[in-house]
Amino acid sequence: MIGTAAAATRDFEFDLVATIARKELRDALRARWFWLYSLGFAVLAALLAMVALPQDIAGSSGFGRTAASLVALVQLVLPLIGLTLGAQSIAGQAERGTLRFLMSHPVTRSEAFVGTYLGLVAALVAMCGVGFGTAGVVAAVRNAGIDAAAFSRIALLSWVLAAAMLGVGMLISTMARRSGAALGSAVFAWLALVFFGELGIMGTAVATQMPVNVLFFSAVFNPVEAFRLASLSALSGSLDVLGPAGTYAVDTYGESLEWLLIGVLLAWVIAPAAVAWLRFVKGRDL
Amino acid sequence: MIHIDALTKRYGALAVVDDFSMQVDAGESVALWGPNGAGKTTVVRCILGLLSYEGSIEVDGLDARKHGKAVRRRMGYVPQELSFYDDLSVLETLDFSAALRKLPTQRVDEVIELVDLGGHRDKLVRELSGGLKQRLGLASALLPDPPVLLLDEPTSNLDAAARESAVELLHDLREGGRILVVTSHHLEEVGMLVDRVVAMEAGRITVECPPNELAERLGLRAWLHVVLDDAPIADAVDALCSGGFDARANSYGVLVEVSAQGKGRALEVLRHAGIGVADLEVWR
Repeated sequence: MIGTAAAATRDFEFDLVATIARKELRDALRARWFWLYSLGFAVLAALLAMVALPQDIAGSSGFGRTAASLVALVQLVLPLIGLTLGAQSIAGQAERGTLRFLMSHPVTRSEAFVGTYLGLVAALVAMCGVGFGTAGVVAAVRNAGIDAAAFSRIALLSWVLAAAMLGVGMLISTMARRSGAALGSAVFAWLALVFFGELGIMGTAVATQMPVNVLFFSAVFNPVEAFRLASLSALSGSLDVLGPAGTYAVDTYGESLEWLLIGVLLAWVIAPAAVAWLRFVKGRDL
Repeated sequence: MIHIDALTKRYGALAVVDDFSMQVDAGESVALWGPNGAGKTTVVRCILGLLSYEGSIEVDGLDARKHGKAVRRRMGYVPQELSFYDDLSVLETLDFSAALRKLPTQRVDEVIELVDLGGHRDKLVRELSGGLKQRLGLASALLPDPPVLLLDEPTSNLDAAARESAVELLHDLREGGRILVVTSHHLEEVGMLVDRVVAMEAGRITVECPPNELAERLGLRAWLHVVLDDAPIADAVDALCSGGFDARANSYGVLVEVSAQGKGRALEVLRHAGIGVADLEVWR
């Protein structure tokens, strides 16, 4: 064992974390992937905003369609970006030897981990900002009657989802020996969360005549679903999209439903990142 | 100041460093010498806290396992594999390194001048040659002006001229009570840089002695290829064999086996026999 978690946190210095985070963010802003993802996200968001906003239905319903389309885009694209970015972080640096260079400085493993995590979160936040900003500008130009509060809440939830997926990716990264294996695992995790999760639950619900409360909790345990439901709830105040399970959730939890969904998302932010941190602090030789 | 006791590093059942103990006092320079795979780099990485290990390492009275950050604050490290961030420039790399050590940016300019990287400060790391990367590694290690320098094969990527100036620089760095721990498999380099050599093989210490005694203690041999100055090759072979050397003709010269420290005696034998030497080369 390299050291204890207590030893690793004893000398924690925030200015060193900020130094590492700034470097990570600067690296991201210079990297091709960042601009490709940002551009792709912005173009798709703009296209969705235009397609969802024919001139004759401009106004609040037009905005709802744009926002719902954005939610669908985010739940598909953002987990993939967050997971792959996280998966490449520790394993990639270890493979290139740059992690050894970093750790030869007077820096604890906790500082290195938290700095890397925060830097990458900042990069994802910037990337989402470009996408949402573009969609917002298009919606405004086309007179969509933007509900700024709902739009901001969805953007905030996107950032939380990005942080959660990054944490899962970094957990994968601490478990993998090679960055290629980490990347493969991240793509599999993305498929599991985005496709198998929803389709699997729907299939199981039909086959087993799953009770509505079990169906609801099976859905919200998935962070991507929790994001989708929290966003749609913020947008329309209902969960009709979930059918009887949605009606059950609204009837049972009422006003606190949104907080339950946000709580699930925050748990996904904290738990994987915390486990990844523990593994990194106690873990591998460099 | 560095105290290593019973250091053992295992990968599964294989002990790559086995029961290694060493003490290095302030102002002393020590070489870990041995072939590839002897365990030299592993010892250095354990001191830095990059690897888990059994046994104990103390630097300046601090347990390296419990106080890794404080230990690393006292050290500069030049790794064998120079893995910097490819997309950063020389200046940005050193700025980042200085920021992690909380040093003023003025210090970056000083070390850039010290290792003669002034003309390359805006180049990206990926554009640097092996020799320039080695200088960047040295610059990064020297930033904090540390009391301990760990140099893992510090001249391995340098050509002959660059190696000479690097050895000169490292020689100067011994001044002022600084500890130098150098890993190397170059005998001559070790002789110029350190007070003591710890020879390793298969993770264990085999010999510990001053550098001028190492070749004799380890029984190291070398081949001297001598090109003669107009004398018959057979005469030279006879003279050397009579002088107790194992010598043989080799196309346009003589090959003679010598101890690593005894090359001069073979030349002396030839001179006494009246045989002139036009050129020579050492083969190991």
